[in-house]
Amino acid sequence: MPIGLPVGLNEPYAEMSWLATMRTNGVTMPKFILQVNQTTHTIDAEADMPLLWALRDLLSLVGTKYGCGIGQCGACTVHLAGKSVRSCLLTVKDAEKLPITTIEALAQEQNLHPLQQAWINQDVAQCGYCQTGQIMTAAALLTENPQPTDDDIDQAMAGNYCRCGTYPRIKSAIKEASALISQNIQILVPPEGDLA
Amino acid sequence: MSEAKEYKYIGQRSIRPDGYDKVTGRAAYGADMSLPGMVWGKILRSPHAHANIKSIDTSRAEALQGVLAVATFADFPAQKGASKDLATNILANDKALYHGHAIVGLAATTADIAERALELIDVVYEVLTPVMDIRDAIKADAPLIDEKLMTVGLAEAPTSASNVAARQEFKKGDVEAGFAEADVIVEREYYTPTIHQGYIEPHACTVSYDEAGQSMIWCCTQGHFDVRAQTAGILGMSLSKLKVIASEIGGGFGGKTTIYLEPVALVLSRKAGRPVKMVMNRDEVLKATGPGSASRNWIKVGAKKDGTITAMQAKLYYEAGAFKDSPMMMGCMTAFTPYDVDNMYLEGYDVLVNKPKVAAYRAPGAPQAEYAAEMAVSELANKLGIDQIDLRIQNAAKEGTQTVYGPKLKAVGLVECLEAVKNSPQYKAPLKAGQGRGVASGFWFNIGGQSSVVLNMTPDGTGILVEGSPDIGGSRASMQLMVAEEMGMEPALFRPIIGDTENLAFSQGTGGSRTTFATGMACIEAAQDVIRQLKERAAAVWNVTPDQVEWAEGVAINTAGDDKLTCAQICKGAERTGGQISGRGNINARGAGPSFAVHLCDVEVDKETGKVDVLRYTAAQDAGKAIHPSYVEGQLQGGAVQGIGWALNEEYVYNEDGLLQNTGFLDYRIPLASDLPMIDAIIIEVPNSFHPFGVRGVGESGIIPPLAACGMAVSEAIDIQIVDLPCSPPNVLKVIQENS
Repeated sequence: MPIGLPVGLNEPYAEMSWLATMRTNGVTMPKFILQVNQTTHTIDAEADMPLLWALRDLLSLVGTKYGCGIGQCGACTVHLAGKSVRSCLLTVKDAEKLPITTIEALAQEQNLHPLQQAWINQDVAQCGYCQTGQIMTAAALLTENPQPTDDDIDQAMAGNYCRCGTYPRIKSAIKEASALISQNIQILVPPEGDLA
Repeated sequence: MSEAKEYKYIGQRSIRPDGYDKVTGRAAYGADMSLPGMVWGKILRSPHAHANIKSIDTSRAEALQGVLAVATFADFPAQKGASKDLATNILANDKALYHGHAIVGLAATTADIAERALELIDVVYEVLTPVMDIRDAIKADAPLIDEKLMTVGLAEAPTSASNVAARQEFKKGDVEAGFAEADVIVEREYYTPTIHQGYIEPHACTVSYDEAGQSMIWCCTQGHFDVRAQTAGILGMSLSKLKVIASEIGGGFGGKTTIYLEPVALVLSRKAGRPVKMVMNRDEVLKATGPGSASRNWIKVGAKKDGTITAMQAKLYYEAGAFKDSPMMMGCMTAFTPYDVDNMYLEGYDVLVNKPKVAAYRAPGAPQAEYAAEMAVSELANKLGIDQIDLRIQNAAKEGTQTVYGPKLKAVGLVECLEAVKNSPQYKAPLKAGQGRGVASGFWFNIGGQSSVVLNMTPDGTGILVEGSPDIGGSRASMQLMVAEEMGMEPALFRPIIGDTENLAFSQGTGGSRTTFATGMACIEAAQDVIRQLKERAAAVWNVTPDQVEWAEGVAINTAGDDKLTCAQICKGAERTGGQISGRGNINARGAGPSFAVHLCDVEVDKETGKVDVLRYTAAQDAGKAIHPSYVEGQLQGGAVQGIGWALNEEYVYNEDGLLQNTGFLDYRIPLASDLPMIDAIIIEVPNSFHPFGVRGVGESGIIPPLAACGMAVSEAIDIQIVDLPCSPPNVLKVIQENS
């Protein structure tokens, strides 16, 4: 998509990345090692930078969304060592060196996760904004409990807001995915490391 | 007519064309765009609800390394007309009018530097007394929010300014005579609080200013052509020099039909010489965008013993926020429209308070007034000893009913909705002690308006459907189905995309439940244009006239012989028959069909805590024709969920200084999965004769009935008449304690 670039740029774009700007400003940042989607990244960030912003602004993984910044809405849900966590509350320091999975890596080698397929089949999304977080929470649930009851689903999903009110379809999609799993359709989640 | 017709594709639950993007994180929303060289914009907001701005000094902020530009109201060219209020809401001029009102915009190389720089801006305020409630605002000695505001619509022109921007009235028949005939009368004043649309995606944009050519805005909006018009209006730009790209949109519900950030971002981009990205946080969204009007509505309804409603009267007060134009008029026009009653009289008042400028929220203005009206009608039924649904059926608006605002209704599905709810399993389910049941109707006009669509056929016979309505709830799938139906070809052969403001002629935004109706009609017209051209090309190949060619099932048929050519064959040969094929549908759609909804709510109230649990819920609504039933059900359920939140929990809480206390999702609590039962959706189909497939809009009506359905269910459960929303635990407990 061609986009008009601003006039008045007097530096090469390469020099204007976030990091380069920080260096220009004489700010030295500590380095952190993040293991995201089976790739090791070294990032320069303040230790208290929320993981959400490291994922979105430093690693361009924008499938993880901001909704509230206080861990209430669940739009920023990612997996940390296989567990669902709110990336807006977790700092890069806390997340360092632990395996992180984002929505971008839930599908593997062209194969959608059964939840993603069920989500499409059930026409779950309306606007879709919260859905990546919903799917990440549901994926962690199914890893732990492949045959959840209605109550299990309600409990696991209670922290994921959807203002479009797609809750009834979210529940049916989780059940459909659970059925796909029970029919021995493999859930393709990336292998997680130990909580070391 | 639609009911007699068998459809091949419409009515199917097809997979949405953007389904994959929406589950893999690939769909790009407002905050997901970055540009090379981009810097970050932030807004300094007022810490006061009402204050004169004596001075703004940005010098310390500008001295901070990394700060590239600041913007204030003075950077906007002189404003006139509608643009003036909008501009003054986007950046305050000489007064801060609500807690969170934007004062200064600032751009820096990082978001962090921008935030730190905001703290270095020195603003001197002279704090004024805030006006936070309608009752205070309409007092003769109330502090004035706008010293020049003269009420319009009064019988005699006012001689002094007030906080009342407008008065309007609607009437038919003679309410005095009607009440004289009544055996039973109910009269009460009801309150609905300030609420927010609550979209999970905050407002966001990435812009790039280019004085030599084409400036660009990427943003989440319900209508990018409106963003272009509003932004260009404020900045004095030519429309053709501003390109607006609609990102995917993470909910809007009316709240993304206006602008907040875009003109500020463009000013900052011009000054910084760099692209600028601005993203609100949740605190800003709740403090400074959205909200829906709070209202105080007085209702009087009367009926004869046999259930005939003889008169309905209302006096409606709506909060506009700090700038005029609440949806008070919509409240007047909708309040009693579910009823075929001869005598009606409604007055509405548009009242300024020191709260954010209200924005549209799903059927704007209707839920507040219809809440009051429906509560009163249910109480009337109880007093008459008549079933609440039966009373509504007896007095229901139907084809030929004279509305209070002008036209007579065409065929509508209200009685069908009422009967469907009466026959639902829920209505037959017994209630236990401590439980209650409420029913309510909802009416919304729906709109048509201007939509532009281009259908570009490719040489392999597939089509790119370029439309201008941002897809907020699956509308791409509906557009695809309608084009497929018209063309007689598989839906997957057409790829719907949302064109930017340069790809298409002006299209109104996604709002007013207009997209499937109006943009759908434009899609059908574009498909017909393509079919006409395909027939001409086939005629040229066969050396016959176009009227000798028929089109069926995606194939041109030579009626003068037995030749056939598929769409793919004709498109492949288009180069040799006159060039490529492209259809166009630029329309101003008339004849939007109103959509009535009827909801049924069962609750249980814990009298110790005041907590309300929704046990069962049924939502019936007239869709005219459900093009994609899954997304129609989604709208019915989504409207119900938002309405339940409005009824039971949501409200803005201000302290005595007019400062908003609940600026996060922790204490502005929207409904969660665990708060809700299954919402049973019943689609009624009474076709709208103005649409080729019978479509009515379905997006909005569903938010109207929950307020009174929940309110009445709570009233019955505690055996005390609820008047004020929300029925949150502390409020319900207070009502119980006050009446014990």
